[in-house]
Amino acid sequence: MEVIMEALPALSDAWALILQPIVLGYLVLGVVMGLCIGVFPGLGGIAGLSLLLPFMFGMDPILGLALMVGMVAVVPTSDTFASVLMGIPGSSASQATVLDGFPMAKNGQAARALSAAFASSLFGGLVGATFLTGFILVARPIVLEFRTPELLMITIFGLSMVGILAGRVAIKGLVAAGLGMLVGTIGEGASSGDLRMSSYDFPYLTDGLKLVIVGLGIFAIPEIISLLRRDRAISSEPQLGGGWLEGVRDWFANIWLSVRCSIIGVIVGVIPGLGGSVVDWIAYGHAVQTTKDKSKFGNGEVRGVIGPESSNNAKEGGGLVPTLLFGIPGSGSMAIFIGAIALLGSGQIEVGPAMLKNNLDITYSIVWLLALANVVGTLICIAASGGIAKLTTIRFVLLAPFLFMIISFAAFQSGQNLMDLVALFAIGMLGILMRRFDWSRPAFLIGFVLSTPAENYANQAVQIASSRFRKGFGEGLDYIFSPIVVVLLIITVISVVLGLRQAKNIMAEGDVSSGSKRAPFIFLLAVTAYIAYAFYDAASIPSFSRDRVFPMFVAGVCLVGCVALIVRMMLKPETDTIFADREREGDDAESTYGLWVTLAWFAGLLVLTSLLGFILALGLFLFTFMKFRAGLNAALAATYAGAGLAFMCFMAWLLNRDFPPGLLQEYADLPWPLG
Amino acid sequence: MSIQKTKRGVTVGLMAAATASFAFSAHAGGHGIDLEGKTVEWIIPFSETGGSAKWANFYAPLLSEALPGQPTVVVKFMPGAGSTKGANFFQDQEYEDGTLIFGSSGSTQFPFLLGDPRVKYDYADWNVVLASGTGGVAYLPPDLAAKMDGMDATPLQGEDFIYGNQGATRLDLVPTLAWEMLGLNVESVMGIKGRGDGRLMFERGEANIDYQTSSSFLSGVTPLVEAGTAVPMMTWGALDAEGNIVRDPTFPDIPTFKEVCDATPACETSGEKWDAWKAFFIAGFPAQKMVFLPKGASADAIATYTAAFDAVQARDDFAEISAARLGKYPQMTGAAAETAKASATNVSPAAKTFVVNWLQEKYGVSLN
Repeated sequence: MEVIMEALPALSDAWALILQPIVLGYLVLGVVMGLCIGVFPGLGGIAGLSLLLPFMFGMDPILGLALMVGMVAVVPTSDTFASVLMGIPGSSASQATVLDGFPMAKNGQAARALSAAFASSLFGGLVGATFLTGFILVARPIVLEFRTPELLMITIFGLSMVGILAGRVAIKGLVAAGLGMLVGTIGEGASSGDLRMSSYDFPYLTDGLKLVIVGLGIFAIPEIISLLRRDRAISSEPQLGGGWLEGVRDWFANIWLSVRCSIIGVIVGVIPGLGGSVVDWIAYGHAVQTTKDKSKFGNGEVRGVIGPESSNNAKEGGGLVPTLLFGIPGSGSMAIFIGAIALLGSGQIEVGPAMLKNNLDITYSIVWLLALANVVGTLICIAASGGIAKLTTIRFVLLAPFLFMIISFAAFQSGQNLMDLVALFAIGMLGILMRRFDWSRPAFLIGFVLSTPAENYANQAVQIASSRFRKGFGEGLDYIFSPIVVVLLIITVISVVLGLRQAKNIMAEGDVSSGSKRAPFIFLLAVTAYIAYAFYDAASIPSFSRDRVFPMFVAGVCLVGCVALIVRMMLKPETDTIFADREREGDDAESTYGLWVTLAWFAGLLVLTSLLGFILALGLFLFTFMKFRAGLNAALAATYAGAGLAFMCFMAWLLNRDFPPGLLQEYADLPWPLG
Repeated sequence: MSIQKTKRGVTVGLMAAATASFAFSAHAGGHGIDLEGKTVEWIIPFSETGGSAKWANFYAPLLSEALPGQPTVVVKFMPGAGSTKGANFFQDQEYEDGTLIFGSSGSTQFPFLLGDPRVKYDYADWNVVLASGTGGVAYLPPDLAAKMDGMDATPLQGEDFIYGNQGATRLDLVPTLAWEMLGLNVESVMGIKGRGDGRLMFERGEANIDYQTSSSFLSGVTPLVEAGTAVPMMTWGALDAEGNIVRDPTFPDIPTFKEVCDATPACETSGEKWDAWKAFFIAGFPAQKMVFLPKGASADAIATYTAAFDAVQARDDFAEISAARLGKYPQMTGAAAETAKASATNVSPAAKTFVVNWLQEKYGVSLN
């Protein structure tokens, strides 16, 4: 009671702070800026907040907060555009949206998918804020109950979603997830800095691969290449069906799913250390498990959009708990947010354990600014979705070069290294092959995303637990098998059992026919060879280092899976589902252009970049592509190229970013943006 | 000097003139550089999210105001390989017109001192224009803190300690070496992403010993101390003008490690181990963050930046605005910064050898 008596005046103070016209004006400004940046895949909140930082110094705290919160809140809303329309996961928060959102766009239902997503986002944001208003008062002790074993268990629960997304051959999905985890372990180990699959002579890989690159490579590149080969629009229907109202109706029809996924979003967001990486997969898994007819998942099931989108905005709200109450950022953008808060006013707001006691009104202002920003952002997005959805009816060949431009730029921002583009291309190749042979790409991505937390929490839990066991057997058991762990364990087991039983009906990436044996077999052998080498590589790390354990374990399990697959391939006839190959039949096989020719265009952009630097290469690439591949006349092609360059330079100038330099820039000192 | 300083900081309008006069007095014949209409790039070899980002974002707008010509100052993040990527990049840059500066941190200093194979940079080439210090505080849960016999840590020697460690070769080697010298049995749990995660581990009761840098201690641990769930154990101390370790001015009531070590029979404040600890403490804390101009910088440029950072500190509100964001620590320029740089980037070969061997024995980390 006492707590509530303190909270109510703070809540009304917060509303009095928020509902000033100037505060709302700053909020809308922040929202508009956030939407503009959020549609850019791979940039998101970090880029946006960095842009605002120079203005934060000494700014009136509530105005600064309105601006920043407005921006952060809508990034997971606006990145839905890229996920649904282009199949590009805009940020880690919207990976799962791609699975059903993009097929809907291909079916000509882009506006419906978008508005369903936005309605869910809005609702998720509001549910999140409401929940937080009460929860934030009691959150501290609850969050502290989530120790390392609990965090590990949640990570494992997230990994168990692989069961649902594994595809028709469960072992293939498992190996795909393991491969993702192994790719996630590349670089310096967290425990004693031993190198996995990399060397100091080739420093790029020692930092590991970034999520932006892997996400874009695994999802976006295969889709772009595949669409480009067919030489038509994204939407297979010339007439767009499903207006925005229909999407809102879809959401309303599934409102309870939306409520549940929002709650999942807040709760997972609240737990520090995991944040956004698992939440959309858990929500997607939940949506699948609670749907009776699962056959449409992967082919444009609207519930597959509503689930993740409800959770990802709610998660932003939940993420405020570790950020504000513990001073521990749940994500990169939250880390900058903490730093920026220190710059506001005279620095009187101090994020951390004292926040609730000293600044409860500010805390509530942030929570409800977030909710309000969601409302404003969503309304703008829904209003725009009908028009933007028309992009899906444009000949794709006119869009593709700009998509290559954007994803190359986004990938380069992650490490500011030309190698970023090479890595993007390499992962893109892997993505293309996995798509072709029907290896679950979602499973790979889940494995990749959860690899680092799984390894760290496992190592830490083992270490702390063994120290507890030394103190006493009971104390060790208490530590490992806390009530939360036991509950999570039960949920995980149920979800895996149900998931495996249902997995055969869920084709997250559509049906694929089978054909000859040779190509799928060669790919399997290549995957096996990589895994075997990764095992050998990890095994050569000195035995006292913890950095070898996790990759060896994962690679070991995967190798068993690979052997099982090889045996099955040798025994079964070539019509078995294990030999799935998209080049045999269907869209890819009937494409106008070959895979390699299409890929060569993208490779050409990279090679030119390494020679001339990004901007010169891009100009050349856009022009030749438009002229020769799209068949435009020279004047029109030049116009397109010019527009692309102008846009790119404007974005880079605004965000104060550089472009990849090439060999030319080694010798000649060129002015920005050429140099 | 001090009189000049007070005069200089009175108004912003006078600053440019003052800059010129400082440059003149410091380097006869110099004229200072004018950065009007230019953009100064401040490279931070870490991500947007770390402590160095906070520090640079605090200084950038102030520096922009204080530099002659009020150039735009942008902070550019270049993370990678634990800051060696950005530092190697800076090493390759030649001085042009004073529009490129670099901010290093203890995590840049340590690999340099330890001879990390990835280090291609040399501090001797760089020109320091600002050195910012900080301190660190170790703390314990109340039940363990109560076992300490005054400042004598001997009763804690039988306990099993768990510490969330960011990495054996990082700043964390200062606390872990200190605890080992006190005879404490501290097991490091690796894979912590930042000291905030370490504090969370402490709050969850998984770790039972921890340390935070001063500003994080003030915002993150002080509330715990007030709530009775944490008790400060010792600070690393601060350096006086003669290079002696004295009490940390931000925490005058908390004993230093030196005092605790003196009171604990197992610990010695002399000899190889102590010298190594002190050397790495000095490299990691009293001059933790520094701003550099690249090699070949002109005396004019150095004087201009030095004057600008002096002017920032001479602002009337500097004490107020910096206390919350940087803690009460010396922000050194000119000769003081040179001295700080020298002590932070030179450790005796004996100290280096000791730490390298110690890392090899304790963590199996090989730096050769």
